[in-house]
Amino acid sequence: MSTDTMVTTQVYRVYIKATPQAIWDAITKPEWTDRYGYGGTAEWEPELKPGAKYRGLTSDAMKAAGAQMGRTVPDVAVDGEVIEADPPNRLVHTWRMAMDEEMAAEGYTRLTYEIAESKGGVTKLTVTHELEGAPKLAVLLSGGLEEMGAGGGWSWVLSDLKSLLETGSAMDPDDGLNQG
Amino acid sequence: MLPAMSHDDDRVFKALADPTRRFLLDRLYERDGRTLTELESGLEMTRFGVMKHLRVLEDANLVVTKRQGREKLHFLNPVPIRLVHDRWIDKYTERQVKALVDLKDELEEEA
Repeated sequence: MSTDTMVTTQVYRVYIKATPQAIWDAITKPEWTDRYGYGGTAEWEPELKPGAKYRGLTSDAMKAAGAQMGRTVPDVAVDGEVIEADPPNRLVHTWRMAMDEEMAAEGYTRLTYEIAESKGGVTKLTVTHELEGAPKLAVLLSGGLEEMGAGGGWSWVLSDLKSLLETGSAMDPDDGLNQG
Repeated sequence: MLPAMSHDDDRVFKALADPTRRFLLDRLYERDGRTLTELESGLEMTRFGVMKHLRVLEDANLVVTKRQGREKLHFLNPVPIRLVHDRWIDKYTERQVKALVDLKDELEEEA
């Protein structure tokens, strides 16, 4: 049945009082990506078109959290490449968790951002993450490893992004990542 | 005046205040991306009644629907609950923790 394949998909939606462009920038500009959620600088090939490579670098907080768990954290946290880019409304790219060996072995997943203007200066951001064949990553992204200090997944990231864009500051920058 | 966002919170609390709607969310938590027909089974309620509850959940942004072919799939969206947690629960529990820490400091100073 077709619905069985959809079970592995996670869908998240948040309404943010900001322009679509501001949200687009927060997702694609390195000076923004480091300021919310897991942090870390996103590096995109300058022209966002199909095939353009993407890398999310590990932040200092991630490295510190890894060190506390007795692990060496590599420089690249996530990687992938653009499938479709229509700024500031739609971005589809492949996405792989590169910093964890087991999750990296699950391979590339497909991530879609849909950014649509809503009423009253509010923008609707929908994140659809297709996680077929990536059960370990699915647990991490749904916040299942938060108690272990691995962050609260997409809900946590989007809550933080909303906070950053609406108030100018994220929540406690270390909140959610391992603090021992 | 109340901040605009409080309306969003109102909708979340109202949506969660109903046991049928919590049951529907629990079913999506068990397995996400279900059709109306799937959600209906296990509920002693008309299709129309279930649709009404799903509508309230959608308005509160707790359920997001996606079309796949001819089917409309319902997904649990945990973000509004996270927002309530981050903005409300954290705020109050932090104060409690801080109060205890302050009390501890005070008592230890006296000792």
